[in-house]
Amino acid sequence: MFGMNKNDTTMLLLVAVLTMLAPFILNPFPTDSGLAQFNAGYPDLMQRFVIFGIFAIGFNILFGLTGYLSFGHAAFLGVGSYSAVWMFKLLSMNVIPAILLSVAMAGVFALVIGYISLRRSGIYFSILTLAFAQMSFNLAYSVLTPITNGETGLQLTLNDPRILGVSQTADGSIPVTSLFGMEMRSTYEMVVGPWAFQFNVGYYLSALVLLAVFYLSIRIFRSPFGLMLRAVKSNQQRMNYTGLNTRPYTLAAFVISGMYAGLAGGLLASMDPLAGAERMQWTASGEVVLMTILGGAGTLIGPVLGAGFIKYFENIFSKINESVLHSWFSALPDGLEDLLVTLVYPFVGKGWHMTLGILFVLVVVFLPGGLVEGGQRITTWLRSKKADGNKPTSTTEPAE
Amino acid sequence: MDAILLQVLNGLDKGSAYALIALGLTLIFGTLGVVNFAHGALFMIGAFCAVTVQRILNLSYETVDESQTDFLGNALVVKTPYVEAWFGAETGGAIIDWAVPLAILFAIPIMVFVGYAMERGLIKHFYKRPHADQILVTFGLAIVLQEMIKYFYGANPIQTPAPEALSGIVNLGAIIGMDIVYPVWRIVYFFFSLLVIGGIFSFLRFTTFGMVVRAGMADRETVGLLGINIDKRFTIMFGIAAAVAGLAGVMYTPINSPNYHMGMDFLVLSFVVVVVGGMGSLPGAVLAGFLLGILESFASMNEIKSIIPGIDQIIIYVVAIIILLVRPRGLMGRKGVMEE
Repeated sequence: MFGMNKNDTTMLLLVAVLTMLAPFILNPFPTDSGLAQFNAGYPDLMQRFVIFGIFAIGFNILFGLTGYLSFGHAAFLGVGSYSAVWMFKLLSMNVIPAILLSVAMAGVFALVIGYISLRRSGIYFSILTLAFAQMSFNLAYSVLTPITNGETGLQLTLNDPRILGVSQTADGSIPVTSLFGMEMRSTYEMVVGPWAFQFNVGYYLSALVLLAVFYLSIRIFRSPFGLMLRAVKSNQQRMNYTGLNTRPYTLAAFVISGMYAGLAGGLLASMDPLAGAERMQWTASGEVVLMTILGGAGTLIGPVLGAGFIKYFENIFSKINESVLHSWFSALPDGLEDLLVTLVYPFVGKGWHMTLGILFVLVVVFLPGGLVEGGQRITTWLRSKKADGNKPTSTTEPAE
Repeated sequence: MDAILLQVLNGLDKGSAYALIALGLTLIFGTLGVVNFAHGALFMIGAFCAVTVQRILNLSYETVDESQTDFLGNALVVKTPYVEAWFGAETGGAIIDWAVPLAILFAIPIMVFVGYAMERGLIKHFYKRPHADQILVTFGLAIVLQEMIKYFYGANPIQTPAPEALSGIVNLGAIIGMDIVYPVWRIVYFFFSLLVIGGIFSFLRFTTFGMVVRAGMADRETVGLLGINIDKRFTIMFGIAAAVAGLAGVMYTPINSPNYHMGMDFLVLSFVVVVVGGMGSLPGAVLAGFLLGILESFASMNEIKSIIPGIDQIIIYVVAIIILLVRPRGLMGRKGVMEE
């Protein structure tokens, strides 16, 4: 279907079902139960799942296929956000022109940065992209304040011209972002017994965009272009010896992944019309690297999983505080309860970054293929177990 | 003229920190071939060694002094540090005052141990893996170390003053008839870093151990074939590199109050320094460290900022980009390093 083989079609359909039904899937616990805090089915978080999914898919096109590790992708996300907010300020509150501009601007930036950075490979490439991103970050904070509004971040005001829209609504407030009248923030709530499912316009827009770009990335992975990029990863020297200039291919991959990042930035700004320089900081670039690796670099679904995983734990883990822990372990004897709480506490709440770091180290050490590889290992293990089960059980394990 | 000299001096102390961290990074890279993103975290741990020593020395017991009263009329509670009780008020006070320099003695074994544990426990499994994996695993490790420090010491910067005698300012220009007023501690820091750098270089140059390490850096396999356990020596070098970063951190605390993310702030710049100096070149790392430190302080002069606004924020990166494009091996890079 759509030029994909059966496996890819199944995967796309799976992602489609998961994203469309996400308000149900992410809300398994009734609102009045103690487990309700593990629910992730509220609009803000769901939007971030899919938007960072898009960011990671784009990053994966560069890193997963060509092996070039960019440490500066957050710069494109930031550029996208700033462009989108400027569009809201100057043109109208419709998200389409804003997103188009953010993709285009990120593309231009990626073209310039990529053209220079891709002259070098390996660690030098990482440092170059890092240097460019830090440069953009520092500039956004200092000299470019007229464009970026410095530390405060770029915001909408009542005095913005908005040529095709209104500067302020009838009741004198700042208009909200919308798609032809559908407000991004409007949410329909469906109450079924103790459950409350939320359906948010902004989320569904982002989810549809995610599906589109996911489809695009499948096509890129399966195309001759994608094959060329993989060849660059496995042995660039050999490619050069055969007389092929790999630069245009890597540059194209860099620009595409930069545009994905710009798209994600534009969507972020569309959901919440703010843009700050901290989105461009190198730790933000590190985060997308983390998502991609955690999910599985070079796989199609991996980055989406990784993004969802990290954003989920960022929100849920960081909300667990001491009193929540005490309520969990309250069934245990007092001394044991306190001991467990002291043991667990450094890893949740404000300390969730520690858990993330440990997880990251473990994944790189034991599962270089990320969650996807983990899943595959489990399935092969289950299959081999099944196959073992069919065999006669008289075989004995040799003693060590 | 005064202003220019002052900027050179200003650049020297930051440059010293860059040079020390970059030196350690290059040592690790040159010996083990590992790109260590956790090196900034080692710098930070060094700084917190100083904080710890200061806290230990200030451990005190409370006594109620009936002869004095506080403003409410209650008997005053006097805190006496144990150190003062043991060594007498004067000697004890001096020991507490000199906490930061004393922390050097404390930091060296700790940092060597941390480095050793890091190399044996984690990094040795990554020699055969691609550089991207090394970057990623050390990056993850850096996050963990940073969060551990944050958990134990909190997120706020902690004041760690320099000894009373070295914390004032001095007019350096008086000797040559100019007016250059400069903090004493920064001069101390500069000479300290020269000492450490000189120590490392002479260690590599004039000892048998250093000779073997240099031979291993040039051709690891041959040295191995000669029956020398080069891996063990490289592990020790990792510990030494960690100690260099740690010492840079210890002595930096009076200049900038340490907080848990200071390592990350320095890490990015130190990597740029290493690349500018030339991957794998020790003199290059030192040279580039001082050079970029001085350039940065020149760029933050008002006269220059008025010509090119914002140049102070980006000068290092601009220089790095130009160097990488014009001289891809860096200022003093050797042929064949990181060129697969």
